[in-house]
Amino acid sequence: MATSVQRASQLTMADLKGRVDPDWCPGCGDFGVLAAIQKALVELQIPSHNVVAISGIGCSSNLPGFINTYGMHTLHGRALAVATGLKLANHELTVLVTGGDGDGFGIGGNHFVHTMRRNVDLLYIVMDNQIYGLTTGQTSPTSRVGMKTKSMPFGNIEAPVNPISLALAAGATFVARGFSGDQKHLTELIKQGIGHKGFSFLDVFSPCVTYNHDNTYQWYRPRVKKLEDDAAYDAADWTAAMEKSLLWGEEIPIGKFFERTDLPSLHAAEPVLNEGPLVHLDPRVPPDVARGFIEELM
Amino acid sequence: MKQTFAIAIGGAAGQGVATPGDIFAKIFSRRGLSLNAYNAYQSIIRGGHTLLTIRTGPEHVSNMGDRIDLLIPLNQDTMDRHLKLLTSGAACIYNAETIKPGSAADGVQLCPLPVSELADISRNKVAQNTLAIGAGLHMMGIGFAALEEALREQFKKKGESVVVENVGVARAGYDYAAAHFTAFPNPLPKTEKRYAVLSGNIAMAMGGAAAGVKFYCAYPMSPSTGVLHWMAAHARKAGIMVRQVEDEIGVINMAIGAAHAGVRSMCATSGGGFALMSEGLGMSAMIETPVVVIDCQRAGPSTGVPTKTEQGDLWQMLGAAFGDYPRLIAAPLDIADCFKVIPEMFNLVDRFQCPGLVLCDLLLSEGRLGVDPKDLDFNPAIDRGELITGVNGNGNGASAAIATNGGYKRYKITESGISPRAVPGVPGHIHTVATDEHMEDGVLISDEFTNPIKRRAMMEKRMRKVVGIEAAVPPSTLWGPRDAEVTLIGWGSTKGVIEEACEMLNEEGISANQLQIRWLVPLHGEVILELLKDARQTIIVENNYSGQFARYLRSETSFVPDGNIRKYDGEPFMPHHIVEAVKEQLAGKTKLSVPMHEIMV
Ligand SMILES: Cc1ncc(C[n+]2csc(CCOP(=O)(O)OP(=O)(O)O)c2C)c(N)n1
Ligand code: SF4
Ligand SMILES: [Mg+2]
Repeated sequence: MATSVQRASQLTMADLKGRVDPDWCPGCGDFGVLAAIQKALVELQIPSHNVVAISGIGCSSNLPGFINTYGMHTLHGRALAVATGLKLANHELTVLVTGGDGDGFGIGGNHFVHTMRRNVDLLYIVMDNQIYGLTTGQTSPTSRVGMKTKSMPFGNIEAPVNPISLALAAGATFVARGFSGDQKHLTELIKQGIGHKGFSFLDVFSPCVTYNHDNTYQWYRPRVKKLEDDAAYDAADWTAAMEKSLLWGEEIPIGKFFERTDLPSLHAAEPVLNEGPLVHLDPRVPPDVARGFIEELM
Repeated sequence: MKQTFAIAIGGAAGQGVATPGDIFAKIFSRRGLSLNAYNAYQSIIRGGHTLLTIRTGPEHVSNMGDRIDLLIPLNQDTMDRHLKLLTSGAACIYNAETIKPGSAADGVQLCPLPVSELADISRNKVAQNTLAIGAGLHMMGIGFAALEEALREQFKKKGESVVVENVGVARAGYDYAAAHFTAFPNPLPKTEKRYAVLSGNIAMAMGGAAAGVKFYCAYPMSPSTGVLHWMAAHARKAGIMVRQVEDEIGVINMAIGAAHAGVRSMCATSGGGFALMSEGLGMSAMIETPVVVIDCQRAGPSTGVPTKTEQGDLWQMLGAAFGDYPRLIAAPLDIADCFKVIPEMFNLVDRFQCPGLVLCDLLLSEGRLGVDPKDLDFNPAIDRGELITGVNGNGNGASAAIATNGGYKRYKITESGISPRAVPGVPGHIHTVATDEHMEDGVLISDEFTNPIKRRAMMEKRMRKVVGIEAAVPPSTLWGPRDAEVTLIGWGSTKGVIEEACEMLNEEGISANQLQIRWLVPLHGEVILELLKDARQTIIVENNYSGQFARYLRSETSFVPDGNIRKYDGEPFMPHHIVEAVKEQLAGKTKLSVPMHEIMV
């Protein structure tokens, strides 16, 4: 994503502290994601008034309230659509979309697929806890088969969606996975995602300590393996990324699966924006153009 | 009775009904004649039956009228369906080789064209259409030069030989009519007026461009798609971002996202798509980001009749989104008003930071009207309301350190209910908007704590805007003699047809006046009651089954009319439907008239 880097070391973690403290349960994975976002913004020194954090509804979607940037806490599942409109109207803004697995892959699944194929220049961070947290623990689109929840007390019989494979298939130009338990690595991925000019998808394992007793920090820690540690792995290779995305079990890859930089983002492909962001354009249609519009009808 | 002339051209979809229609429309409007066109068709790309009615005249023609003066059937089906509608003085021009006339009423002139004698039909597949245009224009008393000019423009993209070919065929039809058919007794006059001919959809799209809309998005749905088509075709010249979205939920949310960044943003749909937008409208109201949504009604429920008109979405619109919130709803009165209402609506929604809904219908969306170009004002007043856009610079040059909150409260409690709105990117005004209930600074009062006092204060802040909205929007007035025998009440697109019905009633010695509602919200119920208090007999006229407006008016004012005229067959009212219904109601025969549509399409 395009960013304007300001004079070094001005923005601090304290500047990015929100008006209220997060109300997540102690130990919730989302704390780690918030901290990593704040660190990434500090390291990139993006002026906070040029950042917009946009979310849907869910525990994770409460994040924009906890960070001191512009924010929009929209409707359940709709953050990507809102973010697309906002980015197209002012592409000088850095847009971060944050939300949950239910928000993004369930109710918002349609927008998820289409925002990726459009290559809208924003970073989409999903705090994937494989559960519906805010509504007190129902099955989510990423819950594993057999998982018992309040909505499926006898165990889930539906196959979960694989967000990484889905993103690759839908044409996302940056696809990565992080783990809330590995702050440093996550911060690095966020910085890369912000830097990528196009749609960046970052699925983050962010344990729900209250309602998901299957996918815990302890469960993840021995399993997650960084793609970056494999010198032979080439993130420009889509097929290799697709293959890696299917790994699930004793070994679960995290890190950057895929990136391509040869495609223009949506706003860059739109000639109407050649003169600059829509918000800076003169609202008036020039008189000769207006006259032409009417003459067509005469 | 004012002088008008109506042509009906019918055929199967794909047979080229539109082209003769466009040519006639161009010729009439360039003669300074007013015109109104309505196309009755079905949701089929090839086949079916289409009947395009173009009514013209030297004075304002506000609706399709009652009478067909010239019928041009392009196939047998059209002849069979509609010849019986013609009355004395009318004529029917048809291909004598492919179409058999039925029996026509006395005084109807049958005008068979020997098509293959007059044109080379192996080369020109639509020769019968062009011959008929030529013949028809001769009978209307219009010189050939106008037709030649129109044909030239119509076919110039296809090259000079096609132009010459078509002009030749038209000439043959013109000359044949001169030799064989009787011209209409009153040649179509000429006036000094100038008209632009446009549909309501084009009018609303252009109205958007004039209002300074910079973002338009939609998902195709009849009869609203024309707005998208105009926007898409003119986007680059007008500097408008136009996007086709994956569904209408995406549409409303994307439109609000763009609006939130600070541009004027608009979208259009029909009833089904509007249903999907409901939750998004509530967001617009709650985060106080203005957006304009157009609903072009078609016959419902469900997929309904996609190509037919109705005024059946009123209650959906009144009930759209849950909870109480301020908003505006306007129903444009005619195609010129479709243009005018958009800049007006944007000024209001920008001022009051809430959603604005435009309730149009297929009749206006897809109908066409000759409009005085002066009424297409591309320089309307633009009032963005209390909008803070980069007063301190647009944010690019500002340093990170000054990006503190600066005490700015997005939802500051004010007497008007309006809080100054800063857009993202402006330094010193950082805030988060939320669809959850929130405090003045945007912090939620729904999760960690709730607070009845703060909740009440925020509800009252938002709802106080309603008072301002009521004062900003003018109430309707009564047209016609105050002491009329009958008062016809309508809303939106029925303006023209009710107006003409009133004229006809007055000519027959039944004095009639009209109350036409343009603003549904705010309704100004008190003013309506005052206007109707001395009315002798009140009748509400609307294009739906249950009397949606009648029920709304009663719910807001307790007013109950003496009678109702309703139509829900998919077709618009014709003036005589209303006239006859009024007469039967004045005679005490019924309180509810449901006119039968005589034209089968
Ligand atoms: C239209 C709509 N349907 C349902 C809800 C209720 N709801 C709120 S959050 C949520 C699920 C949240 O799950 P997820 O997105 O995974 O977020 P988490 O709480 O797990 O972070 C649901 C169903 C809603 N707010 N809106
Ligand atoms: S319920 Fe789960 S997801 Fe929600 S705050 Fe608590 S731990 Fe986090
Ligand atoms: Mg979740």
